[in-house]
Formats: sequence, C-alpha cells, structure tokens
Amino acid sequence: MPKLKVNGRSHDVAAPDDAPLLFVLRNDLQLNSPKFGCGVSQCGSCTVLVDGQPVRSCVTPAGSVVGQDITTLEGLGTLEAPSRLQQAFIDEQAAQCGYCLNGMIMASQALLSRNPKPSEQDVRHALDGNLCRCGVHNRIVRAVLRASREA
Amino acid sequence: MNINIKPTRRTLLQGGSLTVAFSLMAPALAQRAAKQDGPALPGDLKLYPKLSSWLRLEEGGKVRLLAGKVEIGQGILTAFAQLAADELDIDIKRLVIVSGDTRVVPDEGVTAGSQSVQYGGVAIQYAAAELRAHLLSRAAEKLGMDAASLKVADGTISAPGGRSVTYWDLVGGQQVEIEATGDVKPKAAAQRRYIGKPVPRVDIPAKATGALVFIQDLRPDGMLHGRVVRPPAYGAKLVSVDEAAATALPGVVKVVRDGSFIGLIAQREEQAIAAADTLRRSARWEMLKGTPTSDSVFDWLKTQPAKDIVIKDIANPAAAQAKEVVEAEFRRPYHMHATIGPSTAIATLSADGSMLVQTHTQSPFETAAAIANMLGVPKDKVQCEHKQGAGCYGHNGMDDAAADAALLARAMPGRPVRIQWSRQDEHKWEPYGSAMVVRMKAALDEKGDILDWDHEIWSTSHGTRPGGKAGNLLPAQYLEKPFPLPTPVNGGAPNYAADRNGIPLYEFPGVHVRTHFVEKFAARASSTRGLGAYANVMAIESFIDDLARRAKADPVEYRLRYLKDPRAREVLQKTAEMFGWSKWQAAPGKGRGIAFARYKNLATYTAVALEAEVDKATGTIRVKRVSSASDCGDIVSHDGVVNQIEGGVIQSLSWTLKEGVRFDETGVRSEDWTAYPILTFSEVPPIDIALIERPGLPFVGTGEASQGPTGAALANAVMDATGVRFREVPFVPSRIKAGLV
Repeated sequence: MPKLKVNGRSHDVAAPDDAPLLFVLRNDLQLNSPKFGCGVSQCGSCTVLVDGQPVRSCVTPAGSVVGQDITTLEGLGTLEAPSRLQQAFIDEQAAQCGYCLNGMIMASQALLSRNPKPSEQDVRHALDGNLCRCGVHNRIVRAVLRASREA
Repeated sequence: MNINIKPTRRTLLQGGSLTVAFSLMAPALAQRAAKQDGPALPGDLKLYPKLSSWLRLEEGGKVRLLAGKVEIGQGILTAFAQLAADELDIDIKRLVIVSGDTRVVPDEGVTAGSQSVQYGGVAIQYAAAELRAHLLSRAAEKLGMDAASLKVADGTISAPGGRSVTYWDLVGGQQVEIEATGDVKPKAAAQRRYIGKPVPRVDIPAKATGALVFIQDLRPDGMLHGRVVRPPAYGAKLVSVDEAAATALPGVVKVVRDGSFIGLIAQREEQAIAAADTLRRSARWEMLKGTPTSDSVFDWLKTQPAKDIVIKDIANPAAAQAKEVVEAEFRRPYHMHATIGPSTAIATLSADGSMLVQTHTQSPFETAAAIANMLGVPKDKVQCEHKQGAGCYGHNGMDDAAADAALLARAMPGRPVRIQWSRQDEHKWEPYGSAMVVRMKAALDEKGDILDWDHEIWSTSHGTRPGGKAGNLLPAQYLEKPFPLPTPVNGGAPNYAADRNGIPLYEFPGVHVRTHFVEKFAARASSTRGLGAYANVMAIESFIDDLARRAKADPVEYRLRYLKDPRAREVLQKTAEMFGWSKWQAAPGKGRGIAFARYKNLATYTAVALEAEVDKATGTIRVKRVSSASDCGDIVSHDGVVNQIEGGVIQSLSWTLKEGVRFDETGVRSEDWTAYPILTFSEVPPIDIALIERPGLPFVGTGEASQGPTGAALANAVMDATGVRFREVPFVPSRIKAGLV
C-alpha cells in the first residue's frame, strides 16, 4: 500500500505496489491529466514529473516512487490560474483533440526546468518521444518557445 | 473566456446556474416532417424545424445550445458557439453547450465528412437568427414600440426611451415552441462580433489544466473495469479458454463469454488487465486459412468479384487520333486512424432494463440503435451520451468499444462497466482506411495535351459505421449467434466514397471514372479521413505532373490549362506564389512539388507546395517546408480552419512517408507505435497556411481537404528530386532506396 506524494500532498493509496502509477493517479486519486495512450512507454501521454524528471507513469510501478515528489499537470496550475507554460499552450491554441497535451506540457516543463532558453531544435528533440496524431506539432513548439520567452 | 461545455457531474454539483435537470427537457423527438411551404430550411434545420430543438432559454440568463454533431478535436463546439452568440446577440459566455446526447439533442446522424458547419452549424445559425427575430417582435409588442426601433445587446432589448426587457423576461421560463420559417437571414459579415473573428477554443483551457473533459475521465460511482480478449486474427473462433483460472484472480468479478466473445469485469483496472492476460494465454483459437496479406492485397483487390460503378463517362472521339496513350498504376496501403487515446466506453444497465452508453462515437443515435439490435432490445432501451475522446479522424474502435461495454454491462446490472481498449486492441482491430489501387490512363496529342482521361479504382468499402446494424459492431460478429457484417455499399454522389475526388476538377474533353467495388474485406475497413480522396488525388496529381513533364510544361502552368474554376485557379496560384515557385532554385537531391484538389469537388479548395530532400544513399526523404492556400468559402473560425488544414498536412505527410498496416494469416503485425510509426516533432517541417477569405459565400467543410494534395505534392517533389516516380505509399527509405538503384 504505497504512500504517494502528489502535487505536494501525501496520499495513502489502497493499491498494490506493482499497480502502474498511471492507474493509481487516475483511478485512486481521480486525477484526469495523465492519460492512457499505449501502456508501453511509446507515446508519452501519461507523462508526470518525479522529482522534476519526466517519467512514463504507465510503466512505473506505484511502489517505486514512494517518498518522491510526483507532479502532474494539475500541480502546475489550474483552470483559474494556469501556469505560464499552460497559458502559452492556450495562447497558441496548441491543441486539436488535446489528448496528448498532458504529455506535451509535462515533457516541456521538464525541458524548461533544465534549459530555460531552448532553441526550436531543442524543443523538437525533447518532444520527439511524445506522439501527436492531430498534427499540432508546430503550435506546440511555438507554445514552449513562447513560455520560455515570457519567463 | 469560459463557456460551459455541458454540465459534467462536477459542474452540476458546483453550479448554481446549471441546475436544470435533463429530465425536464423535452427529448428531441423526430420532427422529420418536411416543411411544405416557404423557403427551404438550411442544413439540419430541415430535420428539426422547432427552434427549441436547438436553443433553449434557461434561468440565470443562460442559453442552452443542443447539437447533434459532436466535438472530435476539430473545435466544432466553439464554431457553434460563435454562430449562436452572433445571431442571438448574446455574449458567448451565456451559452451552455450539450452535444451528442441522444436523450436531448437533435439526431444529426454522423459527425463526419467535414460537414458539421455546413449542416449543424448552419442550422444553429438560422435557428438563432429566427429566435432573435421572434423575441424582438414579442418585445415590440410588450414595449408598444416598432420592432425596427429596438436594439439588442447581450440578450437585452432596449427601446429608444430607455425601457428594456431581456429575452429571459419575455419567455418567463417557457420555451419558444415555434418552427423555423427560413425567412430570417443571418447577419451580414460587417455586423458579426464572433463569426470569422479570433475566438479562442472553448475547450483548450480545460485540456491544458487537467479538468474533466474526456470520456476517459468519467468515473461514475460503483464503476467496474472491463476488458475483452480479442482473437489473434480476423475471423478466428474461440475453441477453448480457462475461465476458472481468470475468475480466481484477485478482483475479478465475472468472466463473460458468448461464443468467441470473451471478456471480464474486475474491481481495479490493473486486475482487469492481469485477468485478460490470463485468459489470452489459455485461449485456443481456430484460425482462418488463406486470407490475403498486406503484401498480396493489391493483387487480391484486382482479382476479386466486384461491383463496377461508373460515375463519369464522357467520350472524346478525337482521342482516336491520339499520338500516344500513357498509363500508370498507384497503390495505397491500409492506413490506420491511429488515435492517441485508444477507444473507451462506459455502459450501465439500469433496473428498468434501459442501458446508457457513454461513448466517444461520431454517431450516437445510430450506434445506440446498433447496440439495441445486438442486445435484442427495443431501440428506445439504449441511449448514448457522447463524451469527447482523443482525435479519431474517422471511424475507429469507438463504436466497437461501446458495444463491448454494453455486452459486459448486460452481465452486471446496476454497475457501470468501463471498457478501455489497449494500444494493441486499437492498432489491430480498428477499421482502417481501405487499401486501393488506382490506374490512370491518358490519351495525348502531339503537344502533350490531354484528349482523354481515364481513372479506374479498385477498393473495398470505406463505410462500415454502425448505421443501426449490429453486424457492423466488432463484438457482435463473434457472438455465439453472430451478426454477419452487412454487405457494404459504396456511398454515391455527391460525396462518393472509394471514388471520392475520382472525378478530376480539370476540364478534359474526354473523362471516364469507374470503381471496381469489392464487397469482401482483406482487413477491417471503414471511413478514414478523406475516404478514397487521398488515393484518388495522389493518383490524379502525380499523373498530371508526369504529363506536364512529358509536355515539357511547368506543372503549375499545365494544370492551369485545364483548371477553369476561378477559385481553384486562385488557390493554386496563391500557393505557388507563397512557395516561391517561379524563383525556386534546383539543387542536387532537392525537389519541389505542387498539387491541388477541391475536397469532394464541392468543399474546400486546397493546394499544397513543398520542398523535399532525398538522401539517395539511404532513401530517406526530408520535407523541408510546406506552403498551402485554401478557399473554404465563408469562415467561422479562421484559426480553427488553419489548425485543421495544417494538421491534415502533417497527418498526410505521416501517411505518405511512413505508414502502412502490415498483416498476414497470423493477424495484424502493426500492433504498436514501434511497428506502425508516425511522424515525430523533428520530422515535421515548417508549414505556412493561407486562407482566401470569402465572407458571404456558403461555409464548406475543411477537415479533410489537405490530405490528398499533401501526399501528391510530396510524391511530385520526390520525382523532381530523383527523376523517379514512386507510385506506392508509404515512401519508406527501403522502398525509395530500392527504386533509385
């Protein structure tokens, strides 16, 4: 029964240690943002930050991140007060269906934390493991660069 | 901006203003009585002429907008809000949008074919205009003034003396139960506040912050997790399976088997997955033999019995004197929709025998009817509530997952059962865009001009949507008493299906277009963005490029010889200008290509020009930049259209460069993103999109317009760079390298 620290709050979770972190976040903690996309770490929809590093929660056992700081999209900002990066995605209208958005924003957040002034190439490289099917790639890149510029 | 997109449980609990219960609302009963007199009603207003079917004035100064068309990531709800707010003269924030709930919205069929603004949007626009006019006349009466002297601002009608009354005061809690006349015209472009103006999408803030938006985010009380174990390959029969071993696992509530349909229900999601794995390991299947494979499918298509469908046949007697006849054959493999979020559904069987299916279907009414058919219950016992899923680009596993959920929920009355397809389920079982063969033939005169044009298509069906029939639902085909797949038909004019965009927009003296429509299937297939248009435009635009080359003509100039429609000409010329066509400098390994189509020959005009680099040593193609102009008539949302066109360019580059479903007798081999890769960020080129503004012209669909021209522009650029014409998609490095030797 893992004790998880998510978005600054501790939770006792009634889930087996080997349950994927994704299902614990979505089903036990009722967080909407990390999305199920592939279950095998190929698409990035489920990305969360663990101690600031982007992690694919679909292949991360919940018991393996006990005591670490887990941040989800909800932890960055809210509908009423989005973070600068979230606002940049809204400003650039960087979505069609928006299903991959969680992974895009979380992976970009990790990039901006380690490299606050990335080049366009840096952004593309950082997001190469995150799949988008609607074809919003260039808007997403613009959103990340905007957030960097406005920081 | 905050517009409420339908009250979710959360907003209902929080909201003071959103408390009108669904049960108080009249269900949208079919009003399909055609209007007998007056002007014809536009779009889907014809089907539902009552204004209250579309718009309802509610307490708290809200207006509820009811739409049968649904959001599939194309931004349609924002467009509807723009149309309604403008014509009603209200602030857009007053709108509460409900879409795709069969209990309350008008039945607008399927959200597909780039028709939502043209049919649904126009209905909302005219209904709103008419509602405003009606309220204005009531206000005139109440205020004792001439309606022409009154002004409306945000739902408040004011008279010159300062007296005013609101829409909501006027109706006093009642609905406006009148039918549209079609006599009230929408506003002129100059009076618009929202239509054609930059209005941000209503759903993006919620999606960027993790609010409850998607079907995947629904967690009704008491929900259980279901999984279905699919056969290894099409048509396999379940011989035996160890149900007891799965039932004994932690959390498993029930195993459900009906013939070759095998699934289970568990308390927790990971428990459901573990139990499904156990079932899968013990299942023994009887496989079909001798089925076509992804390699043999092109020969298979051409040797099957087929229905021959001629859609154009104009002879040019002068073609008999042709100097030469050239021909070429093009191949398009099966392409996946390949949604990022695999299909999901939640079904709940109530004590009274009615079933609610929460689904991301594009056809809530027809899917509900198909599920009722499968369950053997009256149609009104199954209702669908649409919730957004990930982008679908056509008919993917959405309806099959809804049917899976219904079958499991039937075994567990009173408990919502959630189905979540795995990545492998979606990749292997969604109905793909059909493989096609297209053979082009042209008779040329001595100058290389076209005397006669012949376009011949081989294809399986592009349409197996539920349509109210259980046989179109995947699980229904595997039940003990299976529902057979209905014999498919090829959709006819004006939209067409396999032959969509088969008729060239170019004006040639002789034109022949026919389809050999194969009723059997090599792989599951249904509507995929653009249907046959992608392959047909690829073929037409590759072929005409080669004919231009033969005639030693510039590809733009050669096309313009035959393109008479001034809007088409302008789109092509504008694209060439944006790209810098006439100034372009050739260099080794570099090529430029251009292509054009008007989607369905009745919707958006789109041309695409692009530059590509081909590494001859490896066969790798790199698209360097793309320019594209479109004309889609009047525009509700400029940015929404740009987003759709650009997204289509990227998706089409992905199809053309990388994608083709692999399958053989053992099943579909393209079972994940490694086996079926799509375009990544580093491979996406800069894309410049322009729209030619046509305020006042009819709105036409845009969502599928760039697929065909993009693929063809790439093929033409590769030809330009290498001197070799590639006619089989995808242009993967191995194929390009082999073709260049």
